[in-house]
Amino acid sequence: MSGGLINANPTVYSKQERRTRKTKAEDEYTRDLIDSEEIFDHIRDIKDPEHPYSLEELKVVRENDIEVSSKQDYVRVNFTPTVEHCSMATIIGLSLRVKLMRSLPSRFKVDILVAPGTHATEASVNKQLNDKERVAAALENPNLLEMVDECLAPSY
Amino acid sequence: MVMEGNLELKEIQILEGHTDRVWGLAWNPTTGVDGIPPMLASCGGDKTVRIWQQQASSGNWDCKVLEDIHTRTVRTCSWSQSGKFLATSSFDATTGIWENFGENFECVSTLEGHENEVKCVAWNSSGSLLATCSRDKSIWIWEVQPGNEFDCISVLQGHTQDIKMVQWHPSLDILVSVSYDNSIKVWEEDDDSDDWHCVQTLGESKCGHSSTVWGISFNVSGDKMATCSDDNTIKIWNTPTESTQTSPNGLGSWEHVSTLSGYHSRTVFSVDWSRDGIIASGGADDAICLFAKSAESLVDGPSYELVLKKEKAHDMDVNAVKWNPTVPRLLASASDDGTVKIWQLVRVYKCAQP
Repeated sequence: MSGGLINANPTVYSKQERRTRKTKAEDEYTRDLIDSEEIFDHIRDIKDPEHPYSLEELKVVRENDIEVSSKQDYVRVNFTPTVEHCSMATIIGLSLRVKLMRSLPSRFKVDILVAPGTHATEASVNKQLNDKERVAAALENPNLLEMVDECLAPSY
Repeated sequence: MVMEGNLELKEIQILEGHTDRVWGLAWNPTTGVDGIPPMLASCGGDKTVRIWQQQASSGNWDCKVLEDIHTRTVRTCSWSQSGKFLATSSFDATTGIWENFGENFECVSTLEGHENEVKCVAWNSSGSLLATCSRDKSIWIWEVQPGNEFDCISVLQGHTQDIKMVQWHPSLDILVSVSYDNSIKVWEEDDDSDDWHCVQTLGESKCGHSSTVWGISFNVSGDKMATCSDDNTIKIWNTPTESTQTSPNGLGSWEHVSTLSGYHSRTVFSVDWSRDGIIASGGADDAICLFAKSAESLVDGPSYELVLKKEKAHDMDVNAVKWNPTVPRLLASASDDGTVKIWQLVRVYKCAQP
């Protein structure tokens, strides 16, 4: 890429230690409750669109910024772009949405939002990421889907 | 013993076949009468259109699949008033025109011109005009010519973002569009020329929606409309029948009557007004709600109340709700769960024990 990176020198943080997940469902009749730790495990290894680092290493996603209501089958992820004018914010958001769409039971409702005050065009990025028609159309675009799949590759 | 009547939305059929989310629905207006069973078209993310019709003999719903024309999601479909043509709008930037030959359907025309996703297509009441809208922020008005030709007679610009839906007035050539720019626009043809203009914009400052407007439906007489939005509300609009300020077509300007909020907990994607005055809505909370005018009318206009909420009507988002235009109280719904459901609104009498 010769056009110059949006954020040439991002701060890289160390990864959180990986916990072995306790088996919560004691028997097959108990529905395993999904919590923020599990959501974080799904998305922490997604690669940043322009750096060889994970979203966890760049602190774009943090476990504390995930809200889960397992009873209501609801997940909200706030993510923090590395710079305020990051034009990659929509690609990151799209990657988060696709990963959760593919990982969670279909009954789950997911909101993906830029953490308040961390992006110059927060409202418009959020509106786009949560318009399912726009998301559906974007994912039918082969170039965009390829970009998203590249970001998602390390997370499987 | 007391007899109590409760309204209930009874699921009478589940139509399975689509392999992806179902986006759009349309009942053929010439079916459901004279012994012809109701015919329903559905379309979706699997790029197909399906034509469903109940067999009089077996009661089963037959399915014809229209495919290999659209290369991306088919977002909406719309029947002409004659029931002879079905128009389909697709993310592939084209609009398909399918002719109904009775036993089979053939794509007889493909309308090109929009820069990207065509999000909705609608026929006017006489079947002489077609409107399409797109993410390219424009609305195209097409005139039907002999020989399955369609001429674009006007391109309407005015919305600042993609347009989610267009809908014609039930009897007049008045078009209403709703958009990602949160506004509702009313369009009419000029008296003296072929040009079309926006005659009214209903935005947030006029009690309009505060987020994307997804759907619009007129009541049967066309003096009211309902709109639904990402702000989780449904709004009712009224045009005075006796107005001093009338448009070329003789309708007054639209005014906000009522906001139905607190019923859907997520985006409301679809709203549809039945011939007998019941408003159905469906949304991202998987629910279907039904509203009707309240018995006690207020001094400053009618008010509307919830008559029924069907939670978990589908396993996922409800994208479309459509009343059958000929069979009373027959409703179809389409969902992200890939199914179409047929519902009958019935009154259930329960015998309460003394």
